Amino acid sequence: MSGYKYIGKSTVRVDGKVKISGAAQYIDDLEFGPGLLFAEIVESPHAYARIKKIDCSKALKVEGVVKIVTGKEFPYRFGLYMHDRYIFAQDHVRFVGEQVGAVIARTPEIAKRASKLVRVDYEVLEPVLDVVTALLDNAPLIHPELGKYQHVPWFFPEKNTNIAHFRKVRKGNMNEGFKEADYIFEDTYTVPRYAHCSIETHGAVGLFDHSRRLTVWAASQSPHTQRHLFAEALAPLGIKHKDVRVIAPHVGGGFGGKAGVSMEILAASLATAVQGSPVKVLWSRAQEFYNTYQRQGVVAKMRFGVKNDGTITALEQKLYWDAGAYVEYGANVVNAAGLSATGPYRIPNVYIDSVCVYTNLPPGGPYRGFGYSEFLFGLESHMNEIAKKLKLDPVDFRRKNAICEGDTLNYGGKMNPSGLLECIDKVAKEIEWGKKRVSKDPRKAIGKGFALFWKAPAMPPNAASSAFLKFNEDASLNILVSAMEIGQGFLTVMAQIAGEVLGIPPEKIRVETPDTDRNPYEWQTVASHITWSTGNAVKKAAMDAREQIFDIASRALGKDRNSFYLEDETLKSRTEPEFALSLKNFVINGIMMKDGTFRGGPIIGRGMFMPEFASAISDPQTSQGGKPNVHYTVGASAIEIEIDRETGKITIPKVVLGVDCGKVLNPDLLRGQVTGGMLQGLATVLYEEMRFDSKGKLLNANFTDYKIPTAMDVPDEIVSIFVEHEQPDGPFGARGVGEHTMIPAAPIIANAIEDALGIRIKSMPITAEKIALALKGLDLPQASRAEPPVCFQKTST
Amino acid sequence: MEKSISFLLNGEKRTVEVSPSEGLLGMLRDKIGVKSPKCGCDRGDCGTCSVMIDGRVVRSCLVLAIEVDGAALTTLEGLLENGDLNPLQKAFLNKNAFQCGFCAPGMIMSATELLKRNSQPTRDEIKEGLAGNLCRCTGYTPIIDAVLDLVSEQKKDRKQ
Repeated sequence: MSGYKYIGKSTVRVDGKVKISGAAQYIDDLEFGPGLLFAEIVESPHAYARIKKIDCSKALKVEGVVKIVTGKEFPYRFGLYMHDRYIFAQDHVRFVGEQVGAVIARTPEIAKRASKLVRVDYEVLEPVLDVVTALLDNAPLIHPELGKYQHVPWFFPEKNTNIAHFRKVRKGNMNEGFKEADYIFEDTYTVPRYAHCSIETHGAVGLFDHSRRLTVWAASQSPHTQRHLFAEALAPLGIKHKDVRVIAPHVGGGFGGKAGVSMEILAASLATAVQGSPVKVLWSRAQEFYNTYQRQGVVAKMRFGVKNDGTITALEQKLYWDAGAYVEYGANVVNAAGLSATGPYRIPNVYIDSVCVYTNLPPGGPYRGFGYSEFLFGLESHMNEIAKKLKLDPVDFRRKNAICEGDTLNYGGKMNPSGLLECIDKVAKEIEWGKKRVSKDPRKAIGKGFALFWKAPAMPPNAASSAFLKFNEDASLNILVSAMEIGQGFLTVMAQIAGEVLGIPPEKIRVETPDTDRNPYEWQTVASHITWSTGNAVKKAAMDAREQIFDIASRALGKDRNSFYLEDETLKSRTEPEFALSLKNFVINGIMMKDGTFRGGPIIGRGMFMPEFASAISDPQTSQGGKPNVHYTVGASAIEIEIDRETGKITIPKVVLGVDCGKVLNPDLLRGQVTGGMLQGLATVLYEEMRFDSKGKLLNANFTDYKIPTAMDVPDEIVSIFVEHEQPDGPFGARGVGEHTMIPAAPIIANAIEDALGIRIKSMPITAEKIALALKGLDLPQASRAEPPVCFQKTST
Repeated sequence: MEKSISFLLNGEKRTVEVSPSEGLLGMLRDKIGVKSPKCGCDRGDCGTCSVMIDGRVVRSCLVLAIEVDGAALTTLEGLLENGDLNPLQKAFLNKNAFQCGFCAPGMIMSATELLKRNSQPTRDEIKEGLAGNLCRCTGYTPIIDAVLDLVSEQKKDRKQ
């Protein structure tokens, strides 16, 4: 028994009622009065072109148009990890849909009409639409200025190429590793681009008032990072951090798409062009598809060295990422994946190249899984192929090589406490691994798939969280934090953590979405690190408040502060069982002394957390050195599927996911992450895919052509298994889980298909059509992709 | 050219001037200030703008405002009972059924219509009844479970 009162309980969400009653306000629900202006973006129709001339004269004549701005007004570059992105295109456009200018008008209709009258003359250039072309020696340079871009110290761009970042991991001795191996298994897997598909599109409203204060309301995962990037980008206008305020209302889904800064900077910039009036930029569903971050495509070439007994001796993994036109955030996906591209395996000799390649497709960026979903598809598919060739059971093969606590990670650090083996065993048992089921229907083939997964938060080593905690007169609490509730249930878990420390029931605790003026700093709500990082800050804030309570009481009452504890909203003493002082009697007004004076005053707790042990500095040639990852969360997943042999259609009777979350803080919310993440992952392998035409235009920028799952697509049974090997530096032992539930989905399906039909499909998505054709010995044209040129294999020596 | 139309909105008579091309969703949100129907796609794909016209759920982004002249409209605001959550909403609350909450208003409208049509739906019938409302967060399972929970609770109540 844990002995916790609120931790580990399925507390009802603190934001449940506001959402279910319809009271929750999202960005487009906020009212800004009759002065509100609307912006429509003038977009590039070309994937790569030089802007020759922009003529706004006709558009300016439309009544109701207030202002038209283009790159001339905002010649600034910005970015999260690398400054390679422009507020508005300057001399070149680099993807279809890129913002060239904006028409600001009194109504959205006028803005839209006038935007069509802005004439832009282009010199159309040959676009670079895939990594293979981008890496050719004579490929056009998408960013000739690459060498001059400011970037974080752990990025290694190669000037005069399209390589924006090259992460190399070298551990052990590859030649020895392959020499030691009895077999070498080599293959190539490809993954296309995907869209987040939050049901709420991006939106932001900016107001630059007459005192030159800039306020931006944004559907956001990153209010403080946005404030920082706005202040940085707009510094030439004399704007300081204190002048910028970001307010984040409820947000209708994030999944990484609303992290960092993408279109929000348009609202911030445009506001400065129409001082005194708020201006709204709201993305349409189509824009949501083509002008926010997209999940990057990848070509993964891997070579495993394996002994007869199934011991992996070496892995060479080369990941070529289609990172798009701007990689200011996406390059860090490439980085994170590169550091971890062995998956959760103990491999002594490792050689990884993770290459971030510019193309003329929309900017890549963070999406739930952050590169791990992408490389795990190939890695875990290949693991099955190896097991098959060696006649080993795929689960035994994985178990034999699974990473354990204390094993050396790819960058030299040690693996954190891990219940991976426990996850493997429990998941295998739950799916009845080894037990073959045969369908009564001869048209149906049944198969099972298994995969492991891991993921570490990808974040700068100094990504910090902080929290304020204020008592109210009735001993209820307000917690101020700047992490975002994007649906994961973070606000509720923060209430549970503070409640546990202070003896206050979570329903008496209010935690709301942030305003950077009022709420203390948070880096971003990404990387599945908020429960861990902000949770630590909130726990510290609660402990700080508790210490203040003990101080006041011991000073006023002359009691031993070491005897105090908090329970049921009351201060109690271990040495005096009859003593009980209700917190509401003094947490604001203090304790009255015999002479009528008071001791104490309003209790305000403060907490901060930064992983001071983390460092991103390492040898660029090997990645050995620093401690870039704070911890890994690991797990196993398995599935049973039924395939129609005629149509290739798959149904899912059962899927299981076991994860070591360190400590379950709220079982309901954790299960919610599994059911949601798993379906999102299954969709990426079964049917979702961004499709572009030969000119780089996205063909399926809507929910009719880019299908996401409906309630009809839910597996019959989803089993969540939670293993608890506590994270020593996590709040109550917890570590992150949010992204992890999505990442094993692709390989479990691919492996189950192979199990059922004996066919190995090496490109995602694995649609019914692809399966049906493969069964007839045919291939889809888009399934056979070109491989990176041979010249790139030179780097493998 | 604007035309005056009248309709019942959550039981209250409203009269507004609308233009021939004005959509119902925009009219409700921008002219009347009812914000629970959301715009997720503006082409009838996502269902987050669902409202009821004369008891039937429609996607308000696909309906012209002028079409509701004389009709009775219900939005999520009209489903509250005595200013608080109704039993279906309470079931969603207790099951932590929603995450970001953006799809909740539309989903609750569809679930309400489903239960009105069929007070004892099976799991498959619930899935079908909610299939027009997209949710990217939950994987639908907690939403389906909450509806099933309510159905079995009500069944128990009737037996007692």
